[in-house]
Amino acid sequence: MSKIVNRVCAGLFLDSVILMQISRSITRLDGVEDAALMIGTPSNLDLLDNAKLLARASRKATGGDLILAVRARDETAAASALAKAEILLERPTVGHTGTTTLRPRTLRSAQDILPAANLALISVPGDFAAAEARKALRAGLNVMLFSDNVSLSEEVSLKREAVAAGLLVMGPDCGTAIIGGVPLAFANQIPQGAIGIIGASGTGIQEVSSLIAQAGYGVSHALGVGGRDLSDPVGGISTLAALAMLEADSATRHIVLISKPPSQSVAKRVIDTLAHSEKPCTVCFLGADAPSLPDNVSFARTLKAAAELATGRSSKNKRPEFKSVIPPVPPGRQRIHGLFCGGTLSSEAQVVFLDQGVSVASNAPIPGAEAVGSGTSHVLIDLGSDEYTRGRPHPMIDPTVRDEELTKALADPTLAVILLDVVIGFGAHPDPAGTIVQVVAAAGTERPIVVASVTGTDDDPQDRRTQVAKLVDGGIVVAPTNADAAKLALSCLVRDD
Amino acid sequence: MMTTSEKVGSNIRKANAEAIRRILEAKPVLIDVVPASEAIPALQEGMILHAGPPIDWGNMCGPMRGAVTGIAVFEGWATDLAEAEQLAESGAFSLNPNHDFGAVGPMTGMTTLSQPVLVVENRASGNHAFCTINEGLGKVMRFGGNDASVLKRLGWLRDTLGPALGVALRAGKGIELKPLVARGLTMGDEMHQRNLGCSSLLLRTLAPDLARTVDDRTALAEMLSFIGSNDQFFLNLAMALGKAIMDPVCDIDCSSVVTAMTRNGTDFGIRVSGLGDEWFTAPVEMPEGLYFPGFSADDANPDMGDSTIVETIGLGGFAMAAAPAVAGFVGAGTPSIAADFTRTMGEITLTQNPEWTIPALDYQGVPTGIDIRLVVETGITPTINTGIAHRKPGIGQVGAGVVKAPLACFELALKALATRLGVR
Amino acid sequence: MNKASDQQKSGAQIKEKTVQQSLLNGPPQVINLGLASFADELTKQGTVVVHVDWSPPARGDVELANLLSKLNE
Repeated sequence: MSKIVNRVCAGLFLDSVILMQISRSITRLDGVEDAALMIGTPSNLDLLDNAKLLARASRKATGGDLILAVRARDETAAASALAKAEILLERPTVGHTGTTTLRPRTLRSAQDILPAANLALISVPGDFAAAEARKALRAGLNVMLFSDNVSLSEEVSLKREAVAAGLLVMGPDCGTAIIGGVPLAFANQIPQGAIGIIGASGTGIQEVSSLIAQAGYGVSHALGVGGRDLSDPVGGISTLAALAMLEADSATRHIVLISKPPSQSVAKRVIDTLAHSEKPCTVCFLGADAPSLPDNVSFARTLKAAAELATGRSSKNKRPEFKSVIPPVPPGRQRIHGLFCGGTLSSEAQVVFLDQGVSVASNAPIPGAEAVGSGTSHVLIDLGSDEYTRGRPHPMIDPTVRDEELTKALADPTLAVILLDVVIGFGAHPDPAGTIVQVVAAAGTERPIVVASVTGTDDDPQDRRTQVAKLVDGGIVVAPTNADAAKLALSCLVRDD
Repeated sequence: MMTTSEKVGSNIRKANAEAIRRILEAKPVLIDVVPASEAIPALQEGMILHAGPPIDWGNMCGPMRGAVTGIAVFEGWATDLAEAEQLAESGAFSLNPNHDFGAVGPMTGMTTLSQPVLVVENRASGNHAFCTINEGLGKVMRFGGNDASVLKRLGWLRDTLGPALGVALRAGKGIELKPLVARGLTMGDEMHQRNLGCSSLLLRTLAPDLARTVDDRTALAEMLSFIGSNDQFFLNLAMALGKAIMDPVCDIDCSSVVTAMTRNGTDFGIRVSGLGDEWFTAPVEMPEGLYFPGFSADDANPDMGDSTIVETIGLGGFAMAAAPAVAGFVGAGTPSIAADFTRTMGEITLTQNPEWTIPALDYQGVPTGIDIRLVVETGITPTINTGIAHRKPGIGQVGAGVVKAPLACFELALKALATRLGVR
Repeated sequence: MNKASDQQKSGAQIKEKTVQQSLLNGPPQVINLGLASFADELTKQGTVVVHVDWSPPARGDVELANLLSKLNE
């Protein structure tokens, strides 16, 4: 019978990525069924309990404690796994800079070291993030709030405080920003240029900025505002602040705003503000119809269209990048299945489907799309969504979940096409194309067509050109943009074979 | 219009600024040595001042009991140790913290009527603080020693050295102690476990005054030898000057600054400026360090003494970067480890003392003004450099190392302050 | 009537708003709290960043953390 063993380390804290790396090593040990290292917040305790990893005594743990939890086939395997976990905890871990100088323990002492600091990048667990953001604002710092699970009321309170202090809060759940050419958190190496981007979505910013770079243009700054900024309760506070900043920024000569469709009243406020801009603007409300717009504002339904409008270059002018040979669809197969790491990229794919009059379902459906399980045949999954990421790293960092889903999909005899996004850049996996190619290679010869796009640039650590080449060599069809990949997937179904 | 919470924060900030001002502007001067009865009028027959927060006989550790019985015999309240013990059991002695009477004492910290005490005057605020004269090493009352040799030495201090020091000091203008400490920091002292530099500087100052006022050359030689052979002689002065600096900080409404830290071998106690006299206590923690040959952690007495007043003013463990030699008792013990301890104490203090700077840290001032909010927020507790006594009375020091103040003291104090300020 | 004044107001918002421009004036100077990998990447690119060795306030005790936020400026 399985044995659950826990050790609670009081007062020990390590960042979530490191903990998950250790968890993964331990899970692979002989005899271990499952393992997790988590700090003892109430939500994590429930997670561990639901995963049948929690020992009763661990219920007393708090957010300041670290729980090592192991379920193994017997006592010996469990004890040995725990011991290994403790050794890994001691080791200087991946991701820490190589110096041995003592690091500051608080924002306060960090500011003593760097009085000129103007940005706090906060990725602590959600339970603590709002308090840290508040401290940062009161210390006169702008905030990039990467953390999610920050409540709506905290978000409103922080953003109101920021506005009063003349500071910007990017987020919560802001995964991407570029300031003065510097990529922050999950972002790409983009040449500096004249296009300023404001995005309520991380991968949306990544796709648009990468397409701008591929077209030979550059970005002045890309400011993330968090997915809820354009909702009624928040009222677009950070968006409006970011607009004012880009308006006043002499390097910015074109402003792009990317979001899922906002509420009517907020959309109106934003567009009214844009009307007073002296700069041309492009607004992309993903999947929405164009509202009435002032003269200086153009409208895009997709990320690809937004990039084209901003650069003035349409894809008609682009030479096809790669002459991918598109294999035929195996007979009798009709369905398309999408596995996306970027939520906005899955939304854009849904827009492309709906614009072609094709029904589509998703676990994160846009207006007009169905929920999963509704019987609709084409399904596009956002693997970054909560139900897939609870207790696990985001698929952009760790491809395990996506690779598992891909393996299943490759074996599904009803699938004609599998649609993938491949997001590279800082913070992303070092070789996403590599793991995909491995999984595809292990599949049988009769399998769905795999269509992908690569979001990123050649200057990224992974080098987009190399990633594309790997995918093509691995028998994967590569489209130049995420929107094109969705279109290409659909076109595979209507080909005459 | 500020919200309630903003007003509280602003009040604390102003109060703490006042606390820091008083700490930094203090001017401690060694002016005299007098019998404790003169220095502390409230002292009476049968009254014993001890180190640490309040404690009764029943809870005292071995060395503390040894000291209590020994001092009772010394003062003539009992004919022998056995009788002293019976009297103590029966509650015949009035046991009180040194801190409540303007005094501090190392280890067991016994202060009674006839013992000579160093008198340090804070010329900035006019208050005085007192501490007995350091007995030296080995079998001494501060480690619970109470046999004839211990009492004999105490008698010599009472009848010979004490009065002589008093005469010598009264003949001059007093010895300013802050500059002495500043020089000691450049000489490898931290004023808790290392006092060699300051002890030497002090002797250099005292010797001519003693030579002028002590007629008997043999007696003079004995006194100079006694002081000169004790590397830790200055400790008791460091403690008294710490008390003299912190007493005026003891009652600033809304301040979250720690004004005292002390231990009695059982409990660790702190006081906080905005909470006045109230003690916040928790069981002492075990030190981490090295033991002299033949001794081990099994022999260790729990943490004891008022000497943590030294850390309270930014010295001792807080100034460890100045004393790499002390770091040798703690783990890896390199100079950079010593520096890390001082830097870490910067996380829980409000400022640096510009008069007490550490060359190895590019002349950064010692971390000063422990704020209980910072301690609770970071979970970083004050680092104390301490000697470790043998748990059996009278054997003496068996090791040295680092001990932490218990977090619970600061958590209790924080809750009390929050209640006092109306936010709890 | 309302629309005109709203438009006027939002116009004023763009021109007169004193949002700190210092964030966009050059490369950011960052204090990083949380994932160490973010600080490492920034360091590799030559951006000025201080990584905070962060742990939950009051060792995760919610009551104490709440008291702290009330007692802090």
